Amino acid sequence: MSNVVIQAEKLTKSYQIQHASAWGKRSATGATLSELLHSAVLGWLKRKDTVERATSEEFHALRDVSFEIMDGEAVGIIGRNGAGKSTLLKILSRITEPSDGWAKVNGRVASLLEVGSGFHPELSGRENIFLNGSILGMTRAEIRTKLDEIVAFSGVEKFLDTPVKRYSSGMYVRLAFAVAAHLEPEILVVDEVLAVGDAEFQRKCLGKMEGVAKSGRTVIFVSHSMAAVRNLTTRCLLLDQGKLAFSGSTDEAIERYLGATSDATDRELASHRPKWAKPLIQSLRLTTPSGEPCSTIPLGGGFTIEMTFQSEKPIVRPNMGIVLQHPFIGIVANVNMWLTGYEPAGDGPWHTATMRCHVPDTAVLQGGYTLDVWLADGGKDLDAVQGYLNLHIDESDIYNSGRPPVPNYGVAFLKPRWEFLPDQS
Amino acid sequence: MSPTRQQWFIEKGHVDRHYWRDLWRYRELFWFLAWRDILVRYKQTVAGVGWAIIRPAVTTLVFTVLFGRLGKLPSGGVPYPVLVLAAMAAWQMFATALGTATQSLVSNVSLVSKVYFPRMIIPCGSVGATLADFFITLVMCVGCMLFYGVRPSFSWLAVLPLSLLTLIVCLGPTLLISALTVQYRDFKHIVPFMVQIGGYITPVGFTSAIVPEQWRLLYACNPMVGVIDAFRWALYGAPLDMRVFGMSCLMAVVFMMVGVAYFRRTERGFADVI
Repeated sequence: MSNVVIQAEKLTKSYQIQHASAWGKRSATGATLSELLHSAVLGWLKRKDTVERATSEEFHALRDVSFEIMDGEAVGIIGRNGAGKSTLLKILSRITEPSDGWAKVNGRVASLLEVGSGFHPELSGRENIFLNGSILGMTRAEIRTKLDEIVAFSGVEKFLDTPVKRYSSGMYVRLAFAVAAHLEPEILVVDEVLAVGDAEFQRKCLGKMEGVAKSGRTVIFVSHSMAAVRNLTTRCLLLDQGKLAFSGSTDEAIERYLGATSDATDRELASHRPKWAKPLIQSLRLTTPSGEPCSTIPLGGGFTIEMTFQSEKPIVRPNMGIVLQHPFIGIVANVNMWLTGYEPAGDGPWHTATMRCHVPDTAVLQGGYTLDVWLADGGKDLDAVQGYLNLHIDESDIYNSGRPPVPNYGVAFLKPRWEFLPDQS
Repeated sequence: MSPTRQQWFIEKGHVDRHYWRDLWRYRELFWFLAWRDILVRYKQTVAGVGWAIIRPAVTTLVFTVLFGRLGKLPSGGVPYPVLVLAAMAAWQMFATALGTATQSLVSNVSLVSKVYFPRMIIPCGSVGATLADFFITLVMCVGCMLFYGVRPSFSWLAVLPLSLLTLIVCLGPTLLISALTVQYRDFKHIVPFMVQIGGYITPVGFTSAIVPEQWRLLYACNPMVGVIDAFRWALYGAPLDMRVFGMSCLMAVVFMMVGVAYFRRTERGFADVI
C-alpha cells in the first residue's frame, strides 16, 4: 500500500532581478540602506513606477510545478542547469518558500544539498561529526550510536582529532558525506552529492544511496549523471525552464531529456554561442548513422551530426567543423570539411542548407563527451555552438571477448591484430 | 504510514504551527552551535581562555582609574573595582552578543542557504555562547569582592534569574539586528559604533545614582540600566529603584517582541537574500 508523502500543487518561485541602473550597479540580492535611499529619492524625483520598471524584472525559477510522490518511492529530478531542480529541492526542504502554490510533505525531510555545509575548519573531525549531524537533524544519542559506522565509512580514523582545516579536500568530502549518509529521515533529498570524491568513493556512496532507497524510505535524487539516476530511481520528474516537462518512468524521462538535448531550439543554441558568433546555425542534432535522434552510442559505434544554417548574406564556401571534447582531457578530436578535402557540390553561394557530418566509427573510450560545432565561410569563422551536443559512449564488447576496454584508462581504444610466433629453433 | 510522522504544509507566508515545537526539537543544535562558538573563540590564540579574564580585568582597571580615581565619581560605598566588575559581566555579554551574534546569520551563510532548521537557533546559539565569558566574569567579581572584604548580601540568590533576564535583554536586539543584517549589511558598521556609544551611556563604569532623579525613568529605557542596577543589588546590596528595574524589564520585553516578530516575518526569505 502506498501513500502520498509529497504533494505539490502549482509550486512557483519567482525572483526580482535588478538590472544596472543609472546610479550604478545593483546586485540582485544584497540591498543596502544606501540603495534603498537611492530608490526612495529616485522615486520621489521621478515617480515610483518609472524607476521600478527600469531596474527590476521578474524571473521565474519555477513555474506551476505539480506532482505527487509516494511513500518508499525513489524519484529522480532531471533537467538542464537552471531548470529549477535545486529551487524545487530547496522549497521541499523548506529552506526557501514558494512565491505561489503549495506543497504538503508528510515526514521528516533531510536534505543533502551540499556536503560539508556547517563544517567548521577549526574543529576536529570528531567534533564536526557531532556538529554536522546535529545540523542535519540527528540527535546526540543517534550520532553517538552511529559514530563508529560513520568513521569507518569515511576512512579518516587516524585524523579524527585533527582540525578539519588540515584535511585534504578528499578527506573532508568523505567525512561530510559519511555523516550525511547515516541520516535516517523519512524523506531523503540528495542533490548531486555524488559528484565528489574519487571513483571508488563514488561507488560506495551510490551503494549507500541504493540501500536507503531499497529500505523503503523515500529518496528524491537530483543528478546530471543519467547512469546514477537510472540506477537509483524508478520514476523521474523532468524540469525544463522551471516547468515540469514530464513525469513518468525514469527511462522515458531520460530519453526525453536527452532527446531535448539533441533537438535544437533557438533559445538553447543561443546560450551555447561564443560572443563573436552570428546566429546562423538554425538547428543542430545528433543522430545515429541511420538518422534516429540519439545521445548515446555504443563503443566503436558511429554517429551523425546534422546542422542547418540560414544566412542573410549568402555563404560562398561553407565549411563545417566539429570538435570532440572530454570534460577533463579537453579536445579529443578536431575535424572539418575542408581538412578532409570535401567540397560542397552545386552552385553557390547559399543562403540556407543542411550539412551532415557522418562519423562511421569512433575510437574514443566510453564516457561523456560534448561536441562543438562551427560554421565558416572559407577561412572566416561565422558561427559556433559549444558544449550543446552531448555524446555519451556506452561500454560494449568491441573485441567480442566479453572484456570491454577499461574506461578512464586513456582516451582512445585500438583495434589491433596480434601475431604470436613461437621460436621454432 | 505511522501516525507519528510530522506533516508540513509549504506555502507562501504560511505560519507554521510547529514552529516553536520545532525550535524545541532542535534544542540540541542550539547547544552544539553555542559549544562550537565557545570552542572556536580562543582556538589558535596564545592566551587561550585567558582572554576571558584579561578583557574584563583590563577594562575594569581602566574604568576604575578613569571614573574612580580621575573622575572621582561616587562608588556607592564599595571599592570601585567591585562596582565596575559587578556591571562588567552583564555588559560584556550584551556587547559580545551584539558584536558577534548579530553577524551570526551572515557568517553562517552555508547553513542558512543549504539546510533547514529554525533560523532562530543560529543567533540564539551565538548569544548562548556568551554565557561562558559571562560566568567567568561573575566569578571574578565575587573573587574581587572577597579580596576587598565586601560581604555578599543575601540577594545573591537572584543572580541566576538575573542572568536569564540578561539573556532576554541580549536576545531581543540580537534577533532584530541579525535579521536586518541579512538584508542590510550596513548594520555591520552600525553595530560596533552602537556598542561603543552604549558603553558610555550605560552605567558600567559608574553608578546610575549619578543620573538626576527626574531623568531616571527615561534612562531606564536602556534595558541594560535596570539589569546592571539589579546585578549590583544582588551582588553587594546596592539600592535598587524598582521603577527603574520595572521600566528596563518592560523595555526588554518590548525589544524581545519586536525582535521575534521581525525575525519571524523575514526568516523565510533569508535563503533568498543572504
